[in-house]
Amino acid sequence: MRRAFAPWSNPDAKPLIRFDNVTKRFGDAMAVDHLSLNIFEGEFFCLLGPSGCGKTTLMRMLAGFETPSEGMISLAGQSLAGVPPYRRPVNMMFQSYALFPHMSVEKNIAFGLKQDGMPKDQIAERVGEMLRLVQLEKLARRYPSQLSGGQRQRVALARALAKKPKVLLLDEPLGALDKKLREETQFELMDIQHELHMTFVVVTHDQEEAMTMADRIAVMDHGRIVQVATPGEIYEQPKTRFIAEFVGDVNILEGHVQGQENGLWRVKTASADVPLTIDDPDEVLHSGQAVAIAVRPEKMVIQRDPPGPNALNVLTGEVWDIGYLGDWTVYRVRLATGEILRVTRANASRFVENPIDWDEQVYVTFAPDAAVILAE
Amino acid sequence: MMERSFTRRLTAGLVPAVPYLWLGLFFLVPFLIVLKISLSDPAVAQPPYKPVFEWSDIAGFLSGLDLENFELLTQDDLYFRATLSSVRIAAISTLLLLLVGFPIAYGMARAPERYRSLLVALVILPFWTSFLIRIYAWVAILKPEGLLTQALMGIGLISEPLDILNTETAVYIGIVYAYLPFMVLPLYATLEKMDDALLEAALDLGSTPWRSFWTITVPLAMPGIIAGSLLCFIPAVGEFVIPDLLGGSETLMIGRQLWSEFFSNRDWPLASAVAILLLIILVVPIVIYRDVEARRLEARP
Repeated sequence: MRRAFAPWSNPDAKPLIRFDNVTKRFGDAMAVDHLSLNIFEGEFFCLLGPSGCGKTTLMRMLAGFETPSEGMISLAGQSLAGVPPYRRPVNMMFQSYALFPHMSVEKNIAFGLKQDGMPKDQIAERVGEMLRLVQLEKLARRYPSQLSGGQRQRVALARALAKKPKVLLLDEPLGALDKKLREETQFELMDIQHELHMTFVVVTHDQEEAMTMADRIAVMDHGRIVQVATPGEIYEQPKTRFIAEFVGDVNILEGHVQGQENGLWRVKTASADVPLTIDDPDEVLHSGQAVAIAVRPEKMVIQRDPPGPNALNVLTGEVWDIGYLGDWTVYRVRLATGEILRVTRANASRFVENPIDWDEQVYVTFAPDAAVILAE
Repeated sequence: MMERSFTRRLTAGLVPAVPYLWLGLFFLVPFLIVLKISLSDPAVAQPPYKPVFEWSDIAGFLSGLDLENFELLTQDDLYFRATLSSVRIAAISTLLLLLVGFPIAYGMARAPERYRSLLVALVILPFWTSFLIRIYAWVAILKPEGLLTQALMGIGLISEPLDILNTETAVYIGIVYAYLPFMVLPLYATLEKMDDALLEAALDLGSTPWRSFWTITVPLAMPGIIAGSLLCFIPAVGEFVIPDLLGGSETLMIGRQLWSEFFSNRDWPLASAVAILLLIILVVPIVIYRDVEARRLEARP
């Protein structure tokens, strides 16, 4: 149902949030570097990047806590320049949650509504609604210090949602939760966003979190956006080696372009005797160009028997490590060049006769369209 | 082994006893002596009161004690007025200290971290000079031909010499100056611990900076406000040096009354009764403070 939603590919759609050539400097340091970005109404948008990439600064500029050094940010067609945080129709869920320690859960949630001068009975109704939404009705009178980490996270979410903001900003919303709770909460956040038809902008350094929740992901590095795309595109068609390595696991084989045959690129590498054949027609390359070939571990096949004579992209090596993860098994295969490949295999059946063992000689193959060429 | 466990047991018993020992020796015993003197009659003798305690005549000693001095305190309204005036001056001073101290403490807590310890050191710096000398310095500043008058006349703000030395205004100036560190430090300690994100969250939820200050900063600084206020109010009530040097003869304070009973009138029993009265006045806010603290700790485990 959700997947029909793609306003970014509609040229007539008006973005809700526009960053227009925005730069932010702190002294000499460039936190955000001439960045432009459109976010559409109803999107679940993720800003993903390593720490210090400028994603938090970008979000704080949207909330009004930082002012851009250059460029313009607009919301629903209105410039946000000079609008203080308390007048922006944007609410934020803070990484530390920033719950008011001297107020009970319900007072925390009611805080924003009170500032708007909402009548008391309406405030009570709205707080009740929010408490139900995050399933905290029973804890309304508790203080933040009497709550668990997960409960605090819900209070922070309810407080930020209470005013029905046009945009909800979430700064590392799940960072403080343990793994199990994080997974559950990811889906809950998606449900809530879907139910309220709100625009969510999430800042995270956790690629798994971004992949699960987002409609689109903007991968940031050094104050710039490297790629904005759906999770699937980011994973399957990463634009740069940085993205390929940052999002998910990847095997990188370096080499030089030899030429094109029947629309397929031939790339000479040290890892294989025969040039590799890659089906990545969108790349524009020239002979002799240095490139990196990126192949996801699950798109490589590991086998003991030699593949047929017509097989493409055959690498040989020995099993260096085996990691059994339950649903997957990870093989680390050492090539003659010393490179280590990561190959995963789904454990589709419970019993395997004569499984591949440590130190065995194996063949690793991948299909031409399993790989992506990344210009160096 | 035996010896070691014995010493250990001894230290385990002694260490908690030390503060009690201290309080007993330097507070309880002197208090009992003062209480005893306050129940005695003045005498032209050495010591200047009677009866003097003697083991041989305990019954006679006890019959010599009475509440005459306390009766006198209630009959002569001088003491009542002095008490009232002391409490009023201390209360106004505490309010002024809060008004002056809060912005200072707030500024210190918001300063870049590397400057904070320097700022704390600067607040404590005046203690390097004797309290008495610093108050005398204020006499030189506030007197009609003093520095303040000269400066204000120099820039043409006033044409007549200021006449604030020997008034209550001078006492306020003196108390605010002398007690400021006792207000600033507890306030700073609570404000410094406050998470900046809380104020950002309040702003984000639509609260103006001014409202955020009253709804977030002030309530969270309350322990510091209470501690600082009591640290200033309690000694200010009994203050003697500042009203004596800066306040002139008009300023009525219980501390000065105590002094004059002791040293001018040499009426030790009456002076002791005044001291007991002062103690009773000061016990009330301390008990309130303890109650508030206890409830606060209980509310937030």
